[in-house]
Amino acid sequence: MPSATTKLPAGPHLPTPCFGATTGSWRTHRPVIDASLCNHCLLCWLYCPEGCIERGEKLKVNLDFCKGCGICAHECPRRAINMLEEA
Amino acid sequence: MALRRFLNGNEALAEAVKLAGVEVVAAYPITPQSPVVEKIAEFISKGEMESEYIRVESEHAALAACYGAAVTGTRVFTATSSQGLAYMFEMLHYVSGSRMPVVMAVANRGMAAPWTIWADHQDSVSCRDTGWVQLYVENAQEALDTCLQAYKVGEDPQVLLPVMICLDGYTLSHTEEPVEVPEKEEVDAFLPPLRLPVALDVENPVVFCAGAGPELYTEFKYQQQQAMYAALLKLKEADAEFAARFGRSYGGTVEPYQCEDAAVILVTMGAVTGTAREVVDGLRACDQKVGLLKIKSFRPFPAQEIRDILSRAGAVAILERDCSYGYEGALCTEVKAALLGLDGPPKVYGFIGGLGGHDITREQITAIYRYCLEGVQPGYGTDHFLDVAGARDEN
Ligand code: SF4
Ligand code: SF4
Repeated sequence: MPSATTKLPAGPHLPTPCFGATTGSWRTHRPVIDASLCNHCLLCWLYCPEGCIERGEKLKVNLDFCKGCGICAHECPRRAINMLEEA
Repeated sequence: MALRRFLNGNEALAEAVKLAGVEVVAAYPITPQSPVVEKIAEFISKGEMESEYIRVESEHAALAACYGAAVTGTRVFTATSSQGLAYMFEMLHYVSGSRMPVVMAVANRGMAAPWTIWADHQDSVSCRDTGWVQLYVENAQEALDTCLQAYKVGEDPQVLLPVMICLDGYTLSHTEEPVEVPEKEEVDAFLPPLRLPVALDVENPVVFCAGAGPELYTEFKYQQQQAMYAALLKLKEADAEFAARFGRSYGGTVEPYQCEDAAVILVTMGAVTGTAREVVDGLRACDQKVGLLKIKSFRPFPAQEIRDILSRAGAVAILERDCSYGYEGALCTEVKAALLGLDGPPKVYGFIGGLGGHDITREQITAIYRYCLEGVQPGYGTDHFLDVAGARDEN
């Protein structure tokens, strides 16, 4: 019998985001980075437990997986990250 | 030329692990498994085997370490017994669900309580539904040969499942027999290097063992079941190829002995099969039409083959070293289910014996055949519990 699973690998090993399942909806607060205050020290990038801070010219947050824990905001020495309540 | 050596089951397995070119071994010692990993540690320390030996704090950690190593696409091995296997229970499902072809030897030992170090099959039979291929062996040679076949089948792209090699503690693990140890080149020709379809690769990062919602969870579980069915075929193929290369065959899944015209067939797993073979020879010499069916693969369960072989018999007796408490022996249930729907099916009798190291004697096996032929009951109660003192009062 043909199986829908033939497209899946043997065992649940996949690149992220796996199975289209994201976890961003678990968040109650989202981090918003104020670029004018940020000095690119990358402490937020280092501390984020979800690896959600994306480096670049301007830092971005991967909101598909950011759970809104606020660790980045807590660690930022420049108070450049604000946690805003999700609508 | 293959060398014939005097080895016990544990040592035979260690030789197989060396021959298979296993790269990572992680294990925690427990009687009667310990000598297999001690031997491997000795091979590594002497430089006879190039492997990483990870010392761990528990069996749970041992299998977790094997899982982590397997994910990198390396060939791994571990071994345990009884309580140690129970302690691995959580990881058993992780490894099989992740489709990692880990090979593990289980030197079978009864489960506490009462505490025991002696053999029965309760430990591995209790892990029936963990998604591991379970192969029971009859002697030390079969342990070695099955270990090589286990890697071959487990690593097959259509299978990708972990395999447990179950050998009766002491009876096989510690008893020396002449064992033919194949040459490394012969083994290399039989067992190609492991190629996992998805392995740890920094260039192509993936999440291993990702979470899945109900729909995808079901898909992966269905896939696992299909892989088990594929293993049934691959076990037979691997056995046939092994026979062609090494001249030894065990049927892959089941091994019938004198079953063609048998009126009574005894069904066994593991070491007791050797004793039963002798009893069959003795009874055949007295013109009794008896046969023997060794179940090598308990999972996947070769139901169709079993049905075909047993359908011609008048009576079937299942002798096993485990009990599914509250019902009957686990193998007995499985065999009965395999025979369902047959026109004029054989009568089926279950026997539970050899628990916690009890010897199963030729006399007991003969009595089981006689019971099926003549209706004289051995054992105690409807489950035919052998060796129970009360049986003397009953009969
Ligand atoms: S809120 Fe938490 S998860 Fe989100 S970016 Fe900051 S540290 Fe990472
Ligand atoms: S910790 Fe604050 S200042 Fe440093 S990079 Fe992150 S946002 Fe910018």
